Amino acid sequence: MSTRLTRAGRLIDPTRPLEFRFNGKRLRGFAGDTLASALLANDQMLVGRSFKYHRPRGIVASGAEEPNALVNMGAEGRFEPNQRATTTELFDGLSATSQNHWPSLEYDIGAINTHLARFLPAGFYYKMFIHPRPFWKHVYEPFIRQSAGLGRAPKARDADRYEHFYAHVDLLIIGGGVAGLQAALTAGRAGRRVLVIEQTPHWGGRAPVDGGEIDGQPTEAWIGDALAALSEMANVTLRNRTMGAGIYDHGYALGYERVSDHAPDGGDAPRHRLWRIRARHILSATGAIERPLSFAGNDLPGVMLAAAMRDYLVDYGVSPGDRTVVVTNNDDAYRTAIALKEAGLEVPVIADARDHATGPLAERARGMGIRVETGMGIAAVKGGKRVTGVALCAQAGEGAAREYVACDAVAMSGGWSPVVHFWSHCGGKLTWDRAGAMFRPDADHPPTGQDGLPMVTAAGAANGAMMLDACMADAVAQARLATIAAGGKARKTAPPEVECAAEQAIEPVWIMPQGAPIEARSKMWLDFQNDVKVSDVQLAAREGYESVEHTKRYTTLGMATDQGKLSNINGLAVLSDALNAEIPATGTTTFRPPYTPISLASLGGEAHGELFQPIRKTPIHDWGDANGADWEPVGLWRRAYAYPRDGETVEQAVAREVTNTRENLGLLDASTLGKIIVQGPDAGRFLDMLYTNMMSTLKPGRCRYGLMCSENGFLIDDGVVARIDDQTFLCHTTTGGAERIHGHMEEWLQTEWWDWKVYTANVTEQFAQIAVVGPNARKLLEKLGGMDVSPEALPFMAWADGQIGGFDIRAYRISFSGELSYEIAVPASQGRAFWDALMTAGQEFGVMAYGTEALHIMRAEKGFIMIGDETDGTVIPQDLGLDWAISRKKDDYLGKRAQVRSFMANPERWKLVGLETLDGSVLPDGIYAVGQGRNANGQANVIGRVTSTYHSPTLNKGIAMGLIQRGPERMGEVVEFARTDGGRIPARIVSPVFLDPEGERQNV
Amino acid sequence: MLVLTCPYCGVAAEETELHAGGEAHLKRFGPGASDEDFTGYLFGRENPKGVHFERWLHANGCGKWFHAARCTATLELFGTYSAQLTEPPEPIRKAISAKRPGWRWREFS
Amino acid sequence: MSDIPASALNAARYAGYVTVAEMGPQGMITIRGNLRSTRFRKAVADATGLTCPKQRRIERKGDIALAWMSPDELMVMCPHADAPALAGAVMAALEGMHSLVQVMSDARAMFSISGADAREVLAKLAPVDLSPDAFGPGDLRRTRLAQIAAAFWMEDTEEFRLICFRSVAGYAYGVLTNAARPGGEVGYF
Repeated sequence: MSTRLTRAGRLIDPTRPLEFRFNGKRLRGFAGDTLASALLANDQMLVGRSFKYHRPRGIVASGAEEPNALVNMGAEGRFEPNQRATTTELFDGLSATSQNHWPSLEYDIGAINTHLARFLPAGFYYKMFIHPRPFWKHVYEPFIRQSAGLGRAPKARDADRYEHFYAHVDLLIIGGGVAGLQAALTAGRAGRRVLVIEQTPHWGGRAPVDGGEIDGQPTEAWIGDALAALSEMANVTLRNRTMGAGIYDHGYALGYERVSDHAPDGGDAPRHRLWRIRARHILSATGAIERPLSFAGNDLPGVMLAAAMRDYLVDYGVSPGDRTVVVTNNDDAYRTAIALKEAGLEVPVIADARDHATGPLAERARGMGIRVETGMGIAAVKGGKRVTGVALCAQAGEGAAREYVACDAVAMSGGWSPVVHFWSHCGGKLTWDRAGAMFRPDADHPPTGQDGLPMVTAAGAANGAMMLDACMADAVAQARLATIAAGGKARKTAPPEVECAAEQAIEPVWIMPQGAPIEARSKMWLDFQNDVKVSDVQLAAREGYESVEHTKRYTTLGMATDQGKLSNINGLAVLSDALNAEIPATGTTTFRPPYTPISLASLGGEAHGELFQPIRKTPIHDWGDANGADWEPVGLWRRAYAYPRDGETVEQAVAREVTNTRENLGLLDASTLGKIIVQGPDAGRFLDMLYTNMMSTLKPGRCRYGLMCSENGFLIDDGVVARIDDQTFLCHTTTGGAERIHGHMEEWLQTEWWDWKVYTANVTEQFAQIAVVGPNARKLLEKLGGMDVSPEALPFMAWADGQIGGFDIRAYRISFSGELSYEIAVPASQGRAFWDALMTAGQEFGVMAYGTEALHIMRAEKGFIMIGDETDGTVIPQDLGLDWAISRKKDDYLGKRAQVRSFMANPERWKLVGLETLDGSVLPDGIYAVGQGRNANGQANVIGRVTSTYHSPTLNKGIAMGLIQRGPERMGEVVEFARTDGGRIPARIVSPVFLDPEGERQNV
Repeated sequence: MLVLTCPYCGVAAEETELHAGGEAHLKRFGPGASDEDFTGYLFGRENPKGVHFERWLHANGCGKWFHAARCTATLELFGTYSAQLTEPPEPIRKAISAKRPGWRWREFS
Repeated sequence: MSDIPASALNAARYAGYVTVAEMGPQGMITIRGNLRSTRFRKAVADATGLTCPKQRRIERKGDIALAWMSPDELMVMCPHADAPALAGAVMAALEGMHSLVQVMSDARAMFSISGADAREVLAKLAPVDLSPDAFGPGDLRRTRLAQIAAAFWMEDTEEFRLICFRSVAGYAYGVLTNAARPGGEVGYF
């Protein structure tokens, strides 16, 4: 059984016991435990079920590479699936449950799949679910959905907060092991701004577990000294619990800080902080990850990576078993055997696949009385939910069992792979190191940065320097290069004195035993989480998947949440062997960010809830809130759709607002309309290029409606331009258009006509603008007094500065409703006060606010177009009957050339008309008009569509505008519109101006 | 995510401050232009693997357009320069030649 | 006319581990013109009593400040009530020069972000190097604040001022106060 030893672990505080729950069971651990170490201390070896076959799964690793121990954490707003027990720090009250089983972890129905494994080989889904085609929707897809996914998706809203943090440094060091700390010392002493990030809560990596001496002291003491020296340097920042998540172009890197995962009740701290780092250079000191060995039954709970077992023993004082068989192809696993023996545990045998083991570590193990068998491997692991023993065999043979050894744990080591992720993320290439049996960074093909020079340096074990002495020597050498690359100066220095055991060379072993038959190979797991076995990769090779990238996707090897940290190299080697190719010729898959999955919420940062997106508010917004406004988003603005009163529906409110405005007096908050000042000697010339009509001839004091097109000829915006003085114009844009059109103006001024003397300023938000609309509009303004607003002094399409009710204002006689209308601008700081003054004084004239829907209805009754309704980026002014607003006198304007392209000039284009149903009902929005015949796909030919459609309270019937093929030539014709249910709605083509075609209401 | 130095405000701006504006040094064709010239102006674009010239806007910044020369394959930056130029300036061309001898882009080299 | 001009957030204030305050009505004047012209610079200097700031700098004397916004744009900051008259003076000084002068006091909101860790709060929201070596008093930066455009500068070693468009003042205040919430201390600078 796995248990806590009396000898305390290095990282454990035995004076601080903690209580936690796993599947409801109350268990105990200590401060310093991970969830994994605490589970093992409670003999909870079984922690989950695999994805495909629902095989029992135990803890395999001790860090970020763990493929099996994924649990659901927390509840409700803090529920999160797929949390790795090995990287979850234990805290008091932690609650976790295991995943992917039903009804329970111990008795799982899905485990039947393991007996069907023969029928669920690689590519099973592709082969099985193709035919017959009609089965897909109702049989196959539901089945796949049922079995898809690992863990449950959270249902409640995330209760935590998250944030970003931007850091700019000369050198980012990823990994706080001895190599990373050594590099930080070098760069820090050179005065560089250094940030060191370490994913665990501890510094020094695995050196304290592996032993050895640096500069004459144990590694742990050296680490303490290094940390003390670094904390003295103001230019060096150390962040633990911060994982390097990814490296991107131009020195951009993401760090994922788990601020309060380990102390969720520790106040109002964010849960995660995403560090958005810009570094001149990056040093990857990310260490290495141990590989499993592929032998039959290597997935049983109790089979563990040898170094992980050593970690549990040394760091947490936890023994994974009483009797542990060690199986290896290298010397490092001997350290585990020695550590187990020193802890008083039994190691019945070390099975070493190499034909001899004569290094100092092997000799030391033998000296301790441990039996070492060379040329030996494991034929099969015995047991169900837990290892009970192993059958040993000759590595060179086909797996005939030589001996059965009873044990309750197996420590395996297939060698080590450098963590090359951060070298690879931005395109660094790898080279196959035959002697070390590993891919390591190819210094000749580094990832390059903005200047074309190497952007990343790998150091220590991450660079393939596995032994402590080589690791420190490499760290010193690489730190110097990285410091220089980060803009510093660094001399060549001698590496520190290092004492460590010499190691005998590794012997690559990809299948154990070498000649294992198919029955054994189909029980050798490569990818524990996704259930990919040696036999699956070999099948893929037989079926022609020669590219490693194809094999990965066909078999799902390395596609689980661990992204193949344990399985990639083993799988690749098996594939190479099956293809009879060298490993470097087969190549490897590309490592992509993130290094391990990070929370989506951390990527969102502060952008959730109220802060999800900016909301733009006018100075009059609060009045709307206080008066029942029904808000609608217009771009990022919130505009009142209508102001429903007590007992009123929104539709009733809209009708009331239209009627009241047409009969009495309405106020509209038009502050969102874009307002752009265009000024300078060339302002008129410039606007002539921007608008389709002539603006340079506009007289000061007057307004003109104008259209703007893109160079493609399409209508992009419209609005009223007021000429302020000889050199100054004020251009109104649509609500959503202010920034876009201001940008459009600046783009042309800066990049095409830079010699024209024109300046622009976006003054949209300087002013609140209120439309005072209706037959009583003038009465209200005259009551407030201050300026002459008579038709003579301020005729239609004129503007004037003055005072109304004591406010400094500018009044524009423009109308988007067809009524007598003044649009009045006041400085934004006076906007609300002016609105209140209008509201109060307007009571006797029946004043009411109206919203955007009333605005839309009134403009549609008048046949005025709306950008975004009548236009969609494919509509030219000529389509909308706006030829009158297109100057023929001008040689040029943006869009002019495009509008004579043959397609634009085609008489068959859809053009604007009014539409009325025969029964007065309202046409559905966007509905298509159908013509005669069918197209090549057998669909009805389409001849137009509805662009705006409303119930008109004024006319008491449905009115609509639409674009119809040759529409204006077909006045009075009835066309049919196709409903989605197959029905047809007949509607008559009429003039788009439904109300007051002579304009008598507005010209008073 | 790229970092480009805006030649107008001197800020080494990351991409979230910037807005990409497509190919640089297009010649505008207006009324009277042939269909071929006009189509080329509207739609014809270079798509090189290697040296490329682009327009960028320092949108969340000083609001100025500028030009950038970079390698589309490696994202190496050769330089940024004024938007008020109809062709890449000599120092930029030299910088590119030093790193990509024999480069060509449209009529420039 | 109302005697008291309304700012976007009526001087809202939040004391977290850094204090965030909307500063109430502020006078602001946009000036566009050729900053390379000595004549232009002298005219602005004469009208404002301040020397024309260098690239990405802000000059202050008493309650008037002059900020560099782009190679052809400056911004004057002054008491709200003084803006129209000061704008008139600048306009008069620039008579005959191609330029644009516009009172923009109400188009924007101004915030003060103050405290020993003020740098941190902005570093959570803006992609700017805010280390003391890179950004100090008198430095100004137009950039992105979370999802909006903003400009900020350092008044002194523990206070930033930030301006953004008035319509998004609530959002700016929201992200700033959120970043200043106790518990979010980073301890980086």
